[in-house]
Amino acid sequence: MKPAPFKYHLPSTLEEALELLGTLENAKILAGGQSLLPMMNFRFVMPDHLIDLNKVSELQDIEVNPGSIRIGAMTRQHAIHVSPIVRQFTPLVVEAYDNVSHRQIRNRGTYGGSLCHLDPSSEQPCFTAALDGVIVVASRRGNREIRISEWAAMYMTPSIETDELMTGVRLAIWPPGHGWCFEEYARRHGDYAIVGVAVLVLLDEARHIKRLSVAICGIDAAPVRLTRAEEELVGQEADDETINRICEITKTIENVMEDAHHSADYRRHLMQVLTGRAMRKAFDRATPGGSS
Amino acid sequence: MDSKVISLVVNGQHFEKEVETRHSLGDFLRNDLGLTGTHYGCEHGVCGACTVLVDGCSVRSCLMLAVQSDKTAVTTIEGLANEDGSLGELQLAFRECHSLQCGFCTPGMLTTLTELLRENMNPTEAEVRERINGNLCRCTGYQPIIDAALLAASRLLDKHRAAVTAPRS
Repeated sequence: MKPAPFKYHLPSTLEEALELLGTLENAKILAGGQSLLPMMNFRFVMPDHLIDLNKVSELQDIEVNPGSIRIGAMTRQHAIHVSPIVRQFTPLVVEAYDNVSHRQIRNRGTYGGSLCHLDPSSEQPCFTAALDGVIVVASRRGNREIRISEWAAMYMTPSIETDELMTGVRLAIWPPGHGWCFEEYARRHGDYAIVGVAVLVLLDEARHIKRLSVAICGIDAAPVRLTRAEEELVGQEADDETINRICEITKTIENVMEDAHHSADYRRHLMQVLTGRAMRKAFDRATPGGSS
Repeated sequence: MDSKVISLVVNGQHFEKEVETRHSLGDFLRNDLGLTGTHYGCEHGVCGACTVLVDGCSVRSCLMLAVQSDKTAVTTIEGLANEDGSLGELQLAFRECHSLQCGFCTPGMLTTLTELLRENMNPTEAEVRERINGNLCRCTGYQPIIDAALLAASRLLDKHRAAVTAPRS
């Protein structure tokens, strides 16, 4: 199994990469290659030009700003997984990466590559949705920002032009003391989730919900945010009744996808069970009233 | 045909070769350098048999282009033995624990576990299991592989402790 022939380009700056992407026909960006290279091996994808971003060092940083954390598109998944900054400010991301693939893949695979590949079962768009990610894309025409809720154009296709490439993501930092949890079910640890659930919660001193974010992957082309539950449950106590309520709300989601292995009913069942588990853990981890 | 000259170190030996840009690192190692110890199972990143170390990090050699290994140091299973050719601690433990039968997954298991033991000399069984979850083995049922990793780890730890506490001459 070999990829069809292509012309290989190795730019060393973003500017150079954008120039190539803006001028070449049928060009594809190579990030970590952990999804693109299999697709090229199978000849599902046959680009004439491959633009390798691995030497563009400006896309590989993690930076904390007031209220948000910025992760460069070419940051390796392993680097994010073990980053003390990410652990401190967005522990949800670390827990999600516990479930992302295997070490050999995380050593090469990149966050940006995964967001552009946009597998419906991937954990990475899911935690990005929970953290209200803003994706920055660049082209010779300039930069623009796309909210994660508007990122998916359709199945496995981000809403990004052919001359644009993703440079990074900004994730919202939740206040200290927030609760978080990522739960998923997969047949083999490290495989794509059949269903995965990301939860973030902030409790007041009386253990009532101040703020809630729930995102679910594996049920639609893009991660689904439970916006109805997020609004409805503010002010409710962090108890079993509230958890039951949110599990009920997951039942109202229509159009759950299915494939030969996992029916829509099975995914619905997983969604309820995993949402319940994730909510319970997030409640337990939250410090009521926050912490300084 | 698009090709490029790459310069890299494989198992301590320097190579400078022209490679076709569409060729994977695994193909390059097997076909151009004759290092057939790296096994190709699925060629799409699922089986883990082709795992090698690139600058010390485990990677699937089927999911990395040979041109991307330019200016790196690659270690394959052929490079895991001691300098005198005797088996390394992990390899010895694999032999003792019967951690292979057909041997197809072994190169990937050994390179992956080499990275683990370099990072963590005292791994728990759960940590060993987590680390090899991307490597398929159809013979052993995994348990003998986990036993070998833990045995090699305990011996490496003993050696390390002995070296640290040895009186200086």
